[in-house]
Amino acid sequence: MKHTFSHQVGGRTWHFRNLADLMAKATPARSGDRLAGVMAESAEERVVAQMRLAELPLKAFLSEALIPYEADEVTRLIMDDHDATAFWPVAHLTVGDFRNWLLSDHATPEVLAALRPGLTPEMVAAVSKLMRNQDLILVARKCRVQTAFRNTIGLPGHLSTRLQPNHPTDDMAGIAASILDGLLYGSGDAVIGINPATDNVAQATKLMRLTDDVISKYDIPTQSCVLTHVTNTLEAIELGAPVDLVFQSIAGTEATNSSFGFSLATLQEAQDAALSLNRGTVGRNVMYFETGQGSSLSADAHHGLDQQTCEARAYAVARRFNPLLVNTVVGFIGPEYLFDGKEIIRAGLEDHFCGKLLGVPMGCDICYTNHAEADQNDMDNLLTLLGVAGCTFIMGIPGSDDIMLNYQTTSFHDALYARRALDLKPAPEFAAWLERMNIFEDVARYEPSSELPPVFRNSLKGVSGEAGHD
Amino acid sequence: MTDHSKDLVTANIWRQLRHYTDARIGLGRAGISLPTSELLEFQLAHARARDAVHFPLAVGQLVESLSHLASTAIVSEPVCLHSQAADRFTYLQRPDLGRRLSQSAQDALLAAQNPEEPAPDLAVVIVDGLSSSAVQANVTPFLECFLGDLKQACQSWRLAPLTIVQQGRVAIGDEIGALLRARMVVVLIGERPGLSAPDSLGIYLTFGPKAGLSDAHRNCISNVRSAGLRFEDASQRLLYLIQEADRLKLSGVGLKDRTEEVVIENNQANNNFLTN
Repeated sequence: MKHTFSHQVGGRTWHFRNLADLMAKATPARSGDRLAGVMAESAEERVVAQMRLAELPLKAFLSEALIPYEADEVTRLIMDDHDATAFWPVAHLTVGDFRNWLLSDHATPEVLAALRPGLTPEMVAAVSKLMRNQDLILVARKCRVQTAFRNTIGLPGHLSTRLQPNHPTDDMAGIAASILDGLLYGSGDAVIGINPATDNVAQATKLMRLTDDVISKYDIPTQSCVLTHVTNTLEAIELGAPVDLVFQSIAGTEATNSSFGFSLATLQEAQDAALSLNRGTVGRNVMYFETGQGSSLSADAHHGLDQQTCEARAYAVARRFNPLLVNTVVGFIGPEYLFDGKEIIRAGLEDHFCGKLLGVPMGCDICYTNHAEADQNDMDNLLTLLGVAGCTFIMGIPGSDDIMLNYQTTSFHDALYARRALDLKPAPEFAAWLERMNIFEDVARYEPSSELPPVFRNSLKGVSGEAGHD
Repeated sequence: MTDHSKDLVTANIWRQLRHYTDARIGLGRAGISLPTSELLEFQLAHARARDAVHFPLAVGQLVESLSHLASTAIVSEPVCLHSQAADRFTYLQRPDLGRRLSQSAQDALLAAQNPEEPAPDLAVVIVDGLSSSAVQANVTPFLECFLGDLKQACQSWRLAPLTIVQQGRVAIGDEIGALLRARMVVVLIGERPGLSAPDSLGIYLTFGPKAGLSDAHRNCISNVRSAGLRFEDASQRLLYLIQEADRLKLSGVGLKDRTEEVVIENNQANNNFLTN
């Protein structure tokens, strides 16, 4: 953090302490940066910071680390993995010109894909701070990130869904009921992913077997994941549990990750272990990561950076391990980080853009808590915008209400809305399964069958009425 | 709804599975969207949760209902306090301010105690938190139960004056406990409202309270309400934690709540009807 920055507008010269200060002050307003005390002090100062940032050469981010190289393994990962050859096409640009270039016809999907190893999270975060929501959408739409395990995720014109059948006591029948509800609404091609209520190896293993049994019995071209700590999943693998995807919450600083109880080496070990099981049929992307702006501040490990820059650095961690899915849980953290619908929507679009530009299969948990100034209409807006932007996947929950985590995210119905309004298809292997199983009566119109599909009739026979209750 | 709704809404036969879960399954659909009745049910639940966050705690009413408690004969008139968060808008964005007492609250607290008297064993702090309706509905019946249980189990214990805090977070209890020189502090606070439960009360225990302690120093009992964890059970669990904290001279991660393990073991049956 050697340089100071200044910028003259009219008769006044504005000063910024260092690159981190310039980045933070150029960031669109949000409560988390206010809480951290790094936000611009006036609307004018914010725009002046953006003007100064626009003049900064992209190259500057290669010589000036926002968190010192010696002190942070995420910085080392970013610097050591940087590919100067891939960077060449934009190496001469300033941040402001980089925005122009991204929006121009020079930046085709192929060119953007080739550029990825040459971009650092800080460059991507910097340009996003100069972009309007429509810019974030238009450029993200040009980024193609495709991954695969038992189906193919991220094809253009497609939107996948994570079926999230959480239950407050991990009750097996309760979870099965939500899985069935989701499948019958066509949800679950990204993953059937359960947040366990009780976080230990025995419980995680039990839930892994439950989803594995369902996927095997109905021959569903999808994958399962229990969102337990990476070290629990490693232990479960050693015990012979059927692990498809390894989950971990990740962040953009080493100190945050270590407060989460893992290092990059732990993730490497977990990826190797999951790959050794060879459970994928059409691909070998075995990691599922979740992120979210504010996590580093919350762990008191943000090094004075703004929360969006910290978040973009998390995608450098993600892309190292070739994940199947990365999910920004955008409104979960609460109003002290993202106050209202406007801030949540902006953050969702930024995260999706930054992830995609860096080459990460970015999805979004379009969500809010009841103490945020947000409601279902804000979620409808963000869902529609992300659908247009080519978001990889969203969550699917019965009626938007997660009764275990106590927050609201997108419902099975919401996904069908996005499919119909924007013509977004499920993963092709999964779409074929929906048709084969008679779950969708009219696949082209995303219309579920009005009759219960034959294969599920037997399963329901034993449980009609109270008799089925243990 | 009229008879027409039968044609317009496709019902889901698997709605019967609702006896396995409170999740909103089998909602049916109008086209591919939520039926009107389900849409409005959701809006009602969200409206209640929003009101719980934003309605201020009716302090006068709470003081009044506490004064009727037979067992509060052992405690004096509650002291009403305020955090450094001036209003709800500030409170929601600045959790740090909700964790500290305002200057006038600190003064009021010091004035309320007699330094000649021996230090109290326990301070009970009532905090609005994120749900005033949780506090309004649950604090009085819970305390009725708990103060009775405590009197029986720890006869010689000295209680600090009850305190009621507006715009407070959990950690404010530690500052209050320290100012009152209490050996332990119990915080009763409105939890972040969910759609199914806008009125859940949370209970936190700290041994040796002082300002600046982290979550790792506290034990928590969650979801206390008439349709959740019953007052009698919550009271027994809190009493257990208090006695263990007293014995071990600590609270938090070093103090395991063994009463929880029973709950988990009950739930080992594999009743997954999809594969059985």
